[in-house]
Amino acid sequence: MIELQSASVHFGTVAALKDVSFALSRGDRVALVGANGSGKSTLLRAMHGLVPLAAGRRVVGEVPSPRVAMVFQHPFMLRTSTLSNVELGLVLQRMPKAQRRERAMRALERVGLAAEAGRIARVLSAGQQQRAALARAWAVQPDVLLLDEPTASLDPTAKREVENLIAEFSAQGITMIMSSHNLGQVKRLADRVLYLEHGRVLADVSSEHFFSGPLPDEATLFLKGELPWV
Amino acid sequence: MGLIRAGRRMLLLSLLAVIAFAAHAQQRSIVVASTTSTEQSGLFSHLLPAFTKASGITVKVVAVGTGQALDIGRRGDADVVFVHDQAAEEKFVAEGFGLQRLPVMFNDFVIVGPIDDPAGVKGRDVAEAMRKLAASKSSFISRGDKSGTHAAELRYWKAAGIDAPAAKWAGYKECGCGMGPALNMGSSTDAYVLTDRGTWLSFKNRGRLAVLVEGDTRLFNQYGVIVVNPARHPHVKTEWAKAFADWLVSAPGQGTIAAYKVGGEQLFFPNASTR
Amino acid sequence: MNEFAESAIRAVELVASGDPELLRIVGLSFAVSATATITSTTFGLFAGAALAVWRFTGREGVIVLLNTLLALPSVVVGLVIYMLLSRAGPLGSFGILFTPAAMVIAQSFLVAPIVAALTRQAVEDALRDHGEQLRSLGASPFECALIIAWDERIALLTVALVAFGRAISEVGAVMMVGGNIAGVTRVMTTAIALETSKGDLPLALGLGMVLLFVVLLLNVLIGALRGWRLSGDQRRGVVA
Repeated sequence: MIELQSASVHFGTVAALKDVSFALSRGDRVALVGANGSGKSTLLRAMHGLVPLAAGRRVVGEVPSPRVAMVFQHPFMLRTSTLSNVELGLVLQRMPKAQRRERAMRALERVGLAAEAGRIARVLSAGQQQRAALARAWAVQPDVLLLDEPTASLDPTAKREVENLIAEFSAQGITMIMSSHNLGQVKRLADRVLYLEHGRVLADVSSEHFFSGPLPDEATLFLKGELPWV
Repeated sequence: MGLIRAGRRMLLLSLLAVIAFAAHAQQRSIVVASTTSTEQSGLFSHLLPAFTKASGITVKVVAVGTGQALDIGRRGDADVVFVHDQAAEEKFVAEGFGLQRLPVMFNDFVIVGPIDDPAGVKGRDVAEAMRKLAASKSSFISRGDKSGTHAAELRYWKAAGIDAPAAKWAGYKECGCGMGPALNMGSSTDAYVLTDRGTWLSFKNRGRLAVLVEGDTRLFNQYGVIVVNPARHPHVKTEWAKAFADWLVSAPGQGTIAAYKVGGEQLFFPNASTR
Repeated sequence: MNEFAESAIRAVELVASGDPELLRIVGLSFAVSATATITSTTFGLFAGAALAVWRFTGREGVIVLLNTLLALPSVVVGLVIYMLLSRAGPLGSFGILFTPAAMVIAQSFLVAPIVAALTRQAVEDALRDHGEQLRSLGASPFECALIIAWDERIALLTVALVAFGRAISEVGAVMMVGGNIAGVTRVMTTAIALETSKGDLPLALGLGMVLLFVVLLLNVLIGALRGWRLSGDQRRGVVA
């Protein structure tokens, strides 16, 4: 659906992505793993089109203008009700009021926050805000869902809640890419794993392969660091 | 977005307000450029209602220094100028900015100073007084603002044979300000000031100042009214402007001027037919 | 100290007397400055938001110029507007010199840079932190700026109050373009200047106290409105 061909991204003098080629197909459930600063966030942004490419191309395939929604590690909620926040993407699409209200409410119900619709979004707990962010993304009915370490800042209970929601979305066949430090999460939610280091993709394999089969040394070292019993 | 809607609404609101303000201004009125001393003497509060009652024309007075008032007239931002500097007024008409200069009234200047009069100027002779002020290098506040009063001050220095702005001793201070501020300065620093009697009579912050020099005929201060020339500025409300000028020099106008008193004292002496 | 006491007494007397001339002057001060604030806030907000997102050659220069205009002396604005609106000037045929309309225009130009500069700063800062998430939802750069501006509305309300304060307290611009005409373009500040130059200092200071008092009432009102809104949120099940 979206493909990066030999893409490079520079922030000033720093090369965040170096010559990355990656093709996302419909129904893919991809996880990005790697150390901090390895380029996971940048790859997500490049896929979305939020950052300009210094080299290479971003190409779209089956769907000419795929709708992409992204969930960030720290969701930004406006100083207004949860419902209005969830409607934001729909307002930007110029959806008429009645229709977008209905869609947003359904999204809130989906993530279990219907009761909080009228409350000011900023007073919700971190986990609730992240669920609201998921609702906001879900409400625009995206073709591709991107998630940048969505549970990294959450306590264990909230982590579980959000993860379950992501699992439900992915079970419904949504195309998604998620970056994560949590390899257990990766195992549960992804069927394809990319390992990044210093802005390069060093491995692009199926989830099974990643956790059992032969990997480049760096990836193995990384895994060892993350999973001491491997 | 809600913000854009609100923004548009606010813009509309403010445009309406500006238009409302502007529309309100278009009634039966004229703009008269006059001097701060005339305004501050309180003459207009007494004079204008009488004129409006007689003619139905509202008079809007912009009170600034004589120099600025004449400039406003030159630019065509006023319909009438009413100031007290005969030479400058005659030049104004000669240059084609005004139709005709009509003498209206006079008041007089006085020199005020600290009541103990260290320079010993008390008396009737203004030239003599100025000589003594320069000789003693006394503290003197000059308006320095091209006003009628300032022009008069310079004439008196000249009559005394002194070029005060050039000779400028430490005590000679040019404030570039109106009569009131100059008197304020004088009263707070115990200095001598040349002022018109009208402003002095209504001035409340006298400190130790008192009238020391008065009565010299050279101290008489003549006021003239000029209608701005419509040939230069076609938008001038000539008919109403002439009505005002004519009323000032007419019997009822002159009578109203004479009737104005502060503390029982008459401030302005009508003299339209004599000069 | 005696003069100050006398001024305070005059101030109370003025307020208590309900003198129609005083009411007219206070009313005009508010009408002119409020209108100028509304106009300049509308323009300044959009200009500031646009400047926050729009990247163009010379942008740095424009920002420097804008920040310089924050220190624009009111009498200079008055002089420039006077020369524009004078019959001898380009816009003279509208005949709005020496009217409240001219005063509104002058004050609008005086405070617009304040609104624009402060809006730009507030929006640019918030945009740096959160702009990306808004863009990820499909907002154009300008839409991002407007959304942020709306989100920062409380801060921007303060900016509007600063603009109003600057407008209602200035004397240079309204004196020049209004002419301080009794009953027509006399406002609080020009009245204070007039009474000062007439040497009636207690009255002048008393008028100043009345002006401050009225602005205080305005701010109390705004605070009360905000409190009423906040408590409304509390009733809807929110603890802000």
